[in-house]
Amino acid sequence: MSDLGFDPSLKKKKKVKKAEDGSESPAPEVVDEMFANLKKKKKSTKKAEEDFEKSASPVGDDLSSSLGDLTLKKKKKKAVKTVDTSEFEQQLEEAGVEEPASEAVTSDGQDIGFSYEQLLSRFFDILKTNNPELAGDRSGPKFRIPPPVCQREGSKKTLFANVQEIATVLQRNPEHLIQFLFAELGTSGSIDGEKRLVLKGKFQPKQMESVLRRYIIEYVTCKTCKSMNTELKRESANRLHFLSCKACGSTRSVSSIKTGFQAQIGRRKRA
Amino acid sequence: MSTIQNLNAFDPFADTGDSEAQPTNYIHIRIQQRNGRKTLTTVQGVPNEYDLKKILKVLKKDFACNGNIVKDEELGEVIQLQGDQRVKVSEFLTTQLQLPKKNIKIHGF
Repeated sequence: MSDLGFDPSLKKKKKVKKAEDGSESPAPEVVDEMFANLKKKKKSTKKAEEDFEKSASPVGDDLSSSLGDLTLKKKKKKAVKTVDTSEFEQQLEEAGVEEPASEAVTSDGQDIGFSYEQLLSRFFDILKTNNPELAGDRSGPKFRIPPPVCQREGSKKTLFANVQEIATVLQRNPEHLIQFLFAELGTSGSIDGEKRLVLKGKFQPKQMESVLRRYIIEYVTCKTCKSMNTELKRESANRLHFLSCKACGSTRSVSSIKTGFQAQIGRRKRA
Repeated sequence: MSTIQNLNAFDPFADTGDSEAQPTNYIHIRIQQRNGRKTLTTVQGVPNEYDLKKILKVLKKDFACNGNIVKDEELGEVIQLQGDQRVKVSEFLTTQLQLPKKNIKIHGF
């Protein structure tokens, strides 16, 4: 076992060594190449200076020389930059014909004169067509809550047809929503076969809407960023409900639903 | 230490006296449906320093409705009033009894 354990380690060491060797060997070459490039670039800069205008670069040289040894790096960078510009100029001169063309394009753009407002509206149009969520459209299709559908069942009960749908849109457990409705309306009820809610008492859709609005404010919207993209979690450790926002990441505790006082209605129990 | 005046003057652990320390003293005003168009308003959690009997007498006269006081084992004494008196009750509590509006919660539709 010890041999078996020993062998792979050796191999590994070898591998490491190899890797080190491998890493070491190309590095100097690279460095050499870099230096070579630098030298070449320096030469090219000198050439460029000789070839083209000598106005800008001598000033830089004077500065570097005056600053002394500390600015060696800066000098190199400056040289590289001058190389780039000079090469670019060279290319431009070689191209010759292209230069005025490009200038014409820019001048044309200036002539057409897109105003800031035009460009801004264009940008927002494109953004809205491609991804409307980013265009500041809060009431997007994702969080459009369908209006509550209430039907009368008999004379004393109300059918709340789309509880399930509303609960899924709000990303809440339907039972939590139903519990809230019962507590707030001071009634009881049940869920029928098609997952519709049957409430005792007469309720108009308008009344349901105001109760739903209160539920959303209390248990759905994030207080910090007003987003409705939230999640309600129950922590088993302290038995508290926590609302965590998926948009901004904040969490806040939420009070549990309490039914409160229920008055005795109808016939009293016989003692 | 005495040179730093802030540390001497302020005790961070002292009670600030804000009412937020006791979040449980809400006054809940609820509504319950009875048979037909009739409703019932319940007022739960009125502070103990007020005489509920006298409040009830005034409320009954003001709102022209009947009402009574129910003693609940958990929630203490609760005022019951006939009809939907939620808005009127909250107005009475804020104007006559000087209770802060944030402590009153109106439930129902």
